[in-house]
Amino acid sequence: MIRIEPRTAPGRWMTLGVPVLSAVIALALAAIPLALAGADITVAYGEMVKGVFGSVFAFSEMLTRATPLMFTGLAAALAFRAKLWNIGAEGQLYLGAMAAVAIGAGAVDVPGIFLVPLIVILGAAAGAAGMAVPALLKTRFGADEVVTTLLLNFIILIFVQMMLEGALKDPMSLGWPQSAPVLDQGMLPQLMPRMRVHSGLILALVLAGIAQFMLARSVWGFRLRAVGENAAAARHAGIGVNRSLFGVAILSGGLAGLAGVSEVAGLKGYLTADLSPGFGYTGIVVAMLAGLSPVGVVISALFIASVFVGADSMSRAMGVSSYLADLVVSMSLLCVLIGGFVARYRITRTKTAEGVA
Amino acid sequence: MMDILQILLSESFWAASLRIATPLIFGVMGALLCEKSGVLNLGIEGIFAAGAMCGWMAVWLGAGLWGGALIAALAGAFFGLIHGILTVPLGLSQHVSGLGVTLFATSLSYFTYRTALPNVSSPPRIEPFRALDIPLLSDIPFLGPVLFQQTAMTMLALLVVGLVWYVLNRTALGVALQAVGDNPDSVDAQGLSVYGLRIGAVMVGSSLMALGGAFLTMSAFDAFFFGMVNGRGWICIALVIFASWKPGKALLGALLFGAFDALQVRLQTEVGAMVPGQVFLMAPYVLSIIALVVAARKAEYPRALLTPWFKGQR
Repeated sequence: MIRIEPRTAPGRWMTLGVPVLSAVIALALAAIPLALAGADITVAYGEMVKGVFGSVFAFSEMLTRATPLMFTGLAAALAFRAKLWNIGAEGQLYLGAMAAVAIGAGAVDVPGIFLVPLIVILGAAAGAAGMAVPALLKTRFGADEVVTTLLLNFIILIFVQMMLEGALKDPMSLGWPQSAPVLDQGMLPQLMPRMRVHSGLILALVLAGIAQFMLARSVWGFRLRAVGENAAAARHAGIGVNRSLFGVAILSGGLAGLAGVSEVAGLKGYLTADLSPGFGYTGIVVAMLAGLSPVGVVISALFIASVFVGADSMSRAMGVSSYLADLVVSMSLLCVLIGGFVARYRITRTKTAEGVA
Repeated sequence: MMDILQILLSESFWAASLRIATPLIFGVMGALLCEKSGVLNLGIEGIFAAGAMCGWMAVWLGAGLWGGALIAALAGAFFGLIHGILTVPLGLSQHVSGLGVTLFATSLSYFTYRTALPNVSSPPRIEPFRALDIPLLSDIPFLGPVLFQQTAMTMLALLVVGLVWYVLNRTALGVALQAVGDNPDSVDAQGLSVYGLRIGAVMVGSSLMALGGAFLTMSAFDAFFFGMVNGRGWICIALVIFASWKPGKALLGALLFGAFDALQVRLQTEVGAMVPGQVFLMAPYVLSIIALVVAARKAEYPRALLTPWFKGQR
């Protein structure tokens, strides 16, 4: 009979191989919807590759798309490590973006050397505040943070629409619900001439490095992992579980807020209600594909961004719906989940009918 | 104040409340079934979208309205099967799997819709369910217009509540289902299949969620729009906790919710000039969070909710 038993320790190649294999399988599975949509599969994949690697501009667009995903991916990875289910990165992103235009679009007119850090710090603080609320509701009232963060996403997005028709509306925008632009000196510097990729990417990479180090080496990281692995045991060992949860909530929300700052002050220049095509939710896939490792988040954000940019380009060339990208992203999440199972267990055949000791 | 009282006493207000509550009733009953068996199903938001798309598309392609509803329910069961396999025998994170199913079901629905209708500027319409006009019953003062001039899907939703209550509280299957969400070992000891009960509950629950979605495109509206689910699934998850996993209370929660939503639409037209419209749009989500916070500590969670169970392991 066939039995499923846990491995004592998943091999190193498994922790690396599973996400890579999942991504490849998800990409390969995209052939099915492509074929059903009547597209020539090889041409379609060729267009996708060309859309990412076909030119320096294409590649820089991929990096631009990866930047917010690194922030939201880190936000999800840190929170999920502590088993704090922050599904509210989408809303926290908008809070960060709102803070960026509230400060950066003329309210504070100081030189860039002061204005940029101010925007970054207050944007992160706004995102952090957005996650502090559900964290408090969880630790104080026991309200499930999954539901509260999901619902807050809707509340915040409606609030953004309200602000864009009210306090944050650009008087020069001729009726369009958009904010005034961030002052030139408040914008994050560009990285390459004539390309849209901006220094938000550098900030994301640095933060991923710091998060990786802190998680692996610091007491804070140890506590975080302990709370995530077994909250009851951690409490018994004298770790302040609620304090740890609240701390990681603040960090996670802050990182998500930075995604909004980077999109507004690095890319768009102003805020609209369609700033994010679901970066917050996609960040969850990025984090899971990365095995919740901060450095892994960087790599999986690059992959997911390639899927989006490649599929967009393929879509323009061949007329296949660009929802294909969302489909690949969701399938890679399901694949990596199953892959994680395969890595943790092995299937063995035993002769005896009752193999359980 | 008199205005509000007048609204609350009008037949049309309560008829609208029940209409708005209908998709939530389906969704809440679906989520309740899944969770009673010990499985949180965050696929709900995507399953709503899939039900809305599949039901609409089946009718648009020529199926009857009930045929469309059946297709929607089957699509829901399919996504439920995915979530069930991932979370029950494989025991993977119910949170992540559910979100994965939501992303998968949503993107698959959107992709299919866009592929079938690449170049439409305004969404094509179907002939939706019409309001029943049951002779005699519809003529009862007040109750008639509120209850018996709804569409058949609203009737079905109310029927489902009764059925779920009956199965859970009056049948052996219900006892087993409750037990599998509280103490799966006891169910296993009885020689019943924990996996079978849980996957079955998730599949049936998911098809109910899909019917909630189908109501949107086949009864409330007559077309499919991107983003039309708009958080209804998440609201259902909150309402189930608010209702402490009791079908009657869940129905009440959904109805209160519908009433509140109907009231805010009417208030909006009355005091719309004074308050930005968005304040009213936010209200349902804020209300859900408040309901959750109020009920969270008192809620009697199914004891094995979120806990995977493996055969042969204690």
